[in-house]
Amino acid sequence: MDPITGKIERLKAQISETEVELQQLKAQLARLEALLSLPSPSSEAQANDQPTESSRKWTWPLEEEEYTRYGRQLILPSVGIRGQLRLKSAAILVVGAGGLGCPAAAYLAGAGVGTLGVVDGDTVELSNLHRQIAHNTARVGIKKADSLIQYCRGLNPEVRYVGYGEHLTPQNAQDVVSAYDVVLDCTDHPTSRYLISDICVLLGKPLVSASALRTDGQLIVLNNPPATQGSADGGPCYRCVFPKPPPADSVVSCGEGGILGPVVGVMGVLQALESIKLLAAGTGKENYQGPGEPLTPSLLLFSAYSPTPFRSIKMRGRRSNCFACSASSMLTLKELKTGSLDYVQFCGVTTPINILQPGERVSATDYKSILASGINRGSLLLDVREKEHFDIAKIPGAINIPFSTFQTKSRSTSNGYSAHLEWLPEDVSSDTPIYVVCRVGNDSQLVAKKLKDLGLDRHGERFIGDIKGGMKAWKLEVNQTMPFT
Amino acid sequence: MTEVMATTTETTVTDNTSKNDDTPTLSVIVEFTGGLEMLFSDQRRHVLSIPTTDKSGKPVTVAYLIEYLCENTMRDTRKELFILDDHLRPGILVLINDADWELEGEETYEIQNGDNILFVSTLHGG
Repeated sequence: MDPITGKIERLKAQISETEVELQQLKAQLARLEALLSLPSPSSEAQANDQPTESSRKWTWPLEEEEYTRYGRQLILPSVGIRGQLRLKSAAILVVGAGGLGCPAAAYLAGAGVGTLGVVDGDTVELSNLHRQIAHNTARVGIKKADSLIQYCRGLNPEVRYVGYGEHLTPQNAQDVVSAYDVVLDCTDHPTSRYLISDICVLLGKPLVSASALRTDGQLIVLNNPPATQGSADGGPCYRCVFPKPPPADSVVSCGEGGILGPVVGVMGVLQALESIKLLAAGTGKENYQGPGEPLTPSLLLFSAYSPTPFRSIKMRGRRSNCFACSASSMLTLKELKTGSLDYVQFCGVTTPINILQPGERVSATDYKSILASGINRGSLLLDVREKEHFDIAKIPGAINIPFSTFQTKSRSTSNGYSAHLEWLPEDVSSDTPIYVVCRVGNDSQLVAKKLKDLGLDRHGERFIGDIKGGMKAWKLEVNQTMPFT
Repeated sequence: MTEVMATTTETTVTDNTSKNDDTPTLSVIVEFTGGLEMLFSDQRRHVLSIPTTDKSGKPVTVAYLIEYLCENTMRDTRKELFILDDHLRPGILVLINDADWELEGEETYEIQNGDNILFVSTLHGG
């Protein structure tokens, strides 16, 4: 099927889907309107106005339909009618409508929380859909917060939904978060993780935090119970566990490192579960009795390919000198709002690598001309992306020596150089130019520099350089029909 | 001890770097997760024999183990992804027998025969 036919098919499917949804909404409206015009009302408010109809009066704490909708969880001892009423009176905030936020929000909506807030400033992209299950193909390009709410509303229209189509910032954090009882950190960067933790400490909200990358996930409930700053009764905050942010260049995103859909899904589902446990037990509400046993903070590690995929680790409590939650903390709502905390600076910024001279770099277009002209016949093109990327698409003639290969220690110190050069084809003459290409043009510079440092350029006799902008530039400038990952 | 016994049936990297057979050694299981395994030959679980005492004759600690791992087990040259300013890089948690090392004295914890020491890199994706 060519792309246009495919699109037409999808649009047709979407239209019929929407028509069904419209019909359902109309039916729902008609039902409600019919109820209003009935002489014997079924809602409690109306029944009170007409005491003569008291035999028809619905006197139970949940709506009639809710007993059916939530029946399967209502009969569990851990929920019960009290737990369900607590869920119904709770407001819960999901920050991030991605791989974690989608399943988390879906299960919370299904469970019947009173209010569900969703914060995300991003829009849906095609590359999100393999894991961000509340979005869909037709909604690519719309705000993630709106898309997730649309999905949840279809699942359970009884919940009140509040969308925030912007990222959480030190300036808006207090206004957004204060209206909620529990916060879920479903974001994907240390800057937002520190900010969310700080505002939860300041406003006294328990925080259910999760993260995932490749085939691993982590889950921890923070600031639980949410005692005031300096109180030893409170649970640790994100800063107690991670007082210092990791170096910016060690932070790998799902876009760079990859992510398996069900892995992040598992973590998001677990966030919903932990939130339901907290809310149904009455955390943050008056007369909170706790879950019955002492709270030992724990970190859950999930490794999909490990023989023991789930592992729970006992964690420390509050840090006595914590920047955010200790007695000596200087963190206040005012400090936060006035912007005296720079989260971006705190977590550091990665700067693009620029270690090669302009003469050592060729553009993708120029490299294509070099190939076509045959000037550098027999030149060597090293693709230093990891094997998975190389297997998907490559420039003809390229050989794959993953970047990590160049980071491996030589096995024998007496033979140090040759260990690095095992990959070099034997029939390559010592003046054959070497071009290095990677994904976007950073690693290629590091490798080119390393090859020079190893003396492979024979003091300038042999050209060693890289393709500026990597395979991304190659796709943009030379071959648009190549997949880029 | 049962942990150690169990490892014989699993795929693990066993390393016998202690050069002198007379040196008394401890058996420890070291595990890496959250991406750190990439610095250690893509192997999550390592069974190591390490000396019981350091050069000055003191019992070996986690600080010793971290240095030992860099010198003997790590095959990657990017040491800075594991150690920064002579300490473990921020963003790595150490868990001793499934408990945060901060409950056990951090770097000063003296390693016992059969200990399981897990290094976890924090994840940020979502």
